Amino acid sequence: MSTQQVEPESQEAPEDPAMKGAESPAAEKQKEGEAIDQTTADASELEGETAHIKVFRYDPEVEAKQEPRFDDFHVPFEKGMTVLDAVMYARDEYDSSLTFRHSCRQAVCGSDAFFVNGKQRLGCKTQIADLEQPIRIEPLPHQEVVKDLVVDMDHFYDQMHTVEPYFQQEDLPEGELEEQRQSRENREKVKMSTRCIWCGACMSSCNIAAGDNEYLGPAAINKAYRFAMDEREDEEIKEHRLRILEQEHGVWRCQTQFSCTEVCPKDIPLTEHIQELKREAVKKNLKFW
Amino acid sequence: MYEHDVIVVGAGGAGLRAAIAAHEAGADVAIVTKLHPVRSHTGAAEGGINAALQEGDDWELHAYDTMKGSDYLGDAPAVETLAKNSPEETINLEHWGMPFSREDDGRVSQRPFGGLSYPRTTYAGAETGHHLLHVMYEQVVKRGIQVYDEWYVMDLATSDEPDPNDRTCHGVVAYDIQSGKIEGFKATGGVVLASGGPGQAFDHTTNAVSCTGDGHAMAYRAGAPLEDMEFIQFHPTSLPSTGVLISEGVRGEGGILYNNEGERFMFEHGYANNSGELASRDVVARAELTEVNEGRGVDDEYVHLDMRHLGEERIMDRLENILHLAEDFEGVDGLVEPMPVKPGQHYAMGGIEVDENGQTCVGGLYAAGECACVSVHGGNRLGGNALPELIVFGKRAGRHAAGDDLGEPKIKTGYGDDVEDETDTELPVAPGEAGLDSTSGVAADGGVTAEADGILERAVESTRERVEYLIDKDDGVQHAEIRAKLQRAMTDYVNVFRTGDGVRKALRIIRECREEYQDVYVDDPSRTFNTDLQQTIETRNLIDVAETIALGALVRNEFRGAHWRQENQIRDDENWLKHTLISWDNGNPSIFYRPVILEGENKTYEPKERSY
Repeated sequence: MSTQQVEPESQEAPEDPAMKGAESPAAEKQKEGEAIDQTTADASELEGETAHIKVFRYDPEVEAKQEPRFDDFHVPFEKGMTVLDAVMYARDEYDSSLTFRHSCRQAVCGSDAFFVNGKQRLGCKTQIADLEQPIRIEPLPHQEVVKDLVVDMDHFYDQMHTVEPYFQQEDLPEGELEEQRQSRENREKVKMSTRCIWCGACMSSCNIAAGDNEYLGPAAINKAYRFAMDEREDEEIKEHRLRILEQEHGVWRCQTQFSCTEVCPKDIPLTEHIQELKREAVKKNLKFW
Repeated sequence: MYEHDVIVVGAGGAGLRAAIAAHEAGADVAIVTKLHPVRSHTGAAEGGINAALQEGDDWELHAYDTMKGSDYLGDAPAVETLAKNSPEETINLEHWGMPFSREDDGRVSQRPFGGLSYPRTTYAGAETGHHLLHVMYEQVVKRGIQVYDEWYVMDLATSDEPDPNDRTCHGVVAYDIQSGKIEGFKATGGVVLASGGPGQAFDHTTNAVSCTGDGHAMAYRAGAPLEDMEFIQFHPTSLPSTGVLISEGVRGEGGILYNNEGERFMFEHGYANNSGELASRDVVARAELTEVNEGRGVDDEYVHLDMRHLGEERIMDRLENILHLAEDFEGVDGLVEPMPVKPGQHYAMGGIEVDENGQTCVGGLYAAGECACVSVHGGNRLGGNALPELIVFGKRAGRHAAGDDLGEPKIKTGYGDDVEDETDTELPVAPGEAGLDSTSGVAADGGVTAEADGILERAVESTRERVEYLIDKDDGVQHAEIRAKLQRAMTDYVNVFRTGDGVRKALRIIRECREEYQDVYVDDPSRTFNTDLQQTIETRNLIDVAETIALGALVRNEFRGAHWRQENQIRDDENWLKHTLISWDNGNPSIFYRPVILEGENKTYEPKERSY
């Protein structure tokens, strides 16, 4: 199960840090940073005293950043440091214009998915110590870059909304305190699918989604799986869900490359879920496009 | 200018629930949030939702436990509203498809939690908040409620009558993070602040980086008092390196705390002879730090939380998320070794003063969730009581803002005849200003007859000017420096253990932060996704909120709930069965008190010694 990661052309930017030193104020600050790091390193005499990160930079509005480039930062390394810690340090100490999304820093908000050393990962969940340096940190591929590491997520959200991502069971048990029953087995079956944090890593890693803008994509299909397999929804709505999924740009587009499964930070077996829905669709109403 | 009946600020649990309720009440509602809804911090909640669902349990027991847990600083009408409504609201979530953990018969599971007399914590693994957040966002999508995501609300548009009780909030001013555009959002019905906690006032916190007390600060400057801000909950089990939360569910399932001598110190050192690890959070947090301070901590910093004896099957069924957190953030395999834990800032019991309907003293201004203080948590929040608060009071605030009649509230708000002024406390420093406009939030030149549109336009104009100034300014101090200094001071001096002298030191440092903030500037010149600008505004909010936390901690010279004062180790019921209220008053915090309401519907809660 090999994963093909294609780097978008826009990210093939000049990498020589010396080239930028003269032209960007950020680079000047970053030199200060390097000077500081040097002292830290001398004092500690520990190996791996700084983490060398190369961060993708782009801002459509600022002249010096309109041409995409990579900036180098040397960040004092501490045990347990994550990619997110490193970019936060670089931003707070060297260049406050360095832009990225982040919030919970514990792998539940899903906002800091980056392309780190050629793979989609959550910055907060990725240890610096596990990566080869210099560490290349880029925005998620196949999504429009808004600025630096921030990508436009609108298309991702639109696809999520396409599958009617909400529970649909109008026939509720009588009595306001009467719950619907769900077997432990059924909860177990949908459990992994409910863990999705909408980070967009899977969609970004999917070659099919990259080439077909209408393809629902692994996250949205997984969201549909979460409801289609929940025994609390009735058969009629399940069939309706399958009709959405077996449309031309639905489950059949998946070519089982497993890229989504490989990058999912919540270990959701996305590819398996898609295959299972294909089988369900065959059982219900075979329709190949 | 955008216009809606109800504007909800923030899209965590309380905001989403408020929006759904307002929509169901027939209002045109919009959510304005600085994150996308599914990024909200509610998603990080792990433990569960307290609700008296089973036979043998009832809402009165839940209310009693909550009053006791609050150290008798909860207001009984709010606590009873929470306990009564939580079962229906919890099952409502189930009806919306929430994947709760289940028993063999298919019913939702419940488990024991600290300070509860019955196992009434309903949960979905150790990721209850994640599911709650997503389920409610799904319902927002289903109803087609308008969401302005990545729009950062910077200010409120409020009329400028001298008495805050006479003011009206007409909307908010927000900044489109992606484009840099600043616009007014007019609310014809009401504005519901559901902006979350202020955890970033501390440097070791379980809270998300986005928890910067924006709603607190905006409401405070608009004239709504902040209540009981000194009561900051320190969760006993956060990971030492990052502050990432390890759920109380671990102790609920039987997890054990050990010191470096392998002693089960909660019992062996007599901190809680009956409940041990399941004593309430303030008790356990102090016990852990006492162990560390007396030399029995591991690496002089933390203690061990052991769940190995629970067995892999049970851990995987109920606490799997904890294994991932310990592994990813501390490199520890919870199945084979104990996890390092120490107290971390976790929750603000205090917040914007509201009544049972979520209303502040400012007309048209509501608050719900962690940013609000109803108050249900008093001096100490019980684990599993934050999520029911979101759904119960989020719903009430949304309905009321949409015009539903919820009856006359028993809780009073704002300055009035029933309050007592603080006159004795000498502040170590005069509060001072921060930033360009100490009266922002109130339309300065509006006049009492100004129309809503005019008030909103002026608020938008003043926000635009402020932003222009910050971006145009070429040199000065950066927010990150001020924020780090503020966080350090709060952690050093307004932490689990507090002294009057320490708190005074913190206030002096906060004053320095205010002065430095006068010279703050934004280095990033871009209008596109300028997080430098956003964090600069957030830092201003943190300064104001941190100051109220420290001021509350200074004046409350007693020992109650999470507020531990070295000089006075006695809970002083004679003088302190009252709420601390801090009002902005044109940049000079004025402090007053309102008595706690101990009379419930059928009984009065008599303060007793809290033993666990």
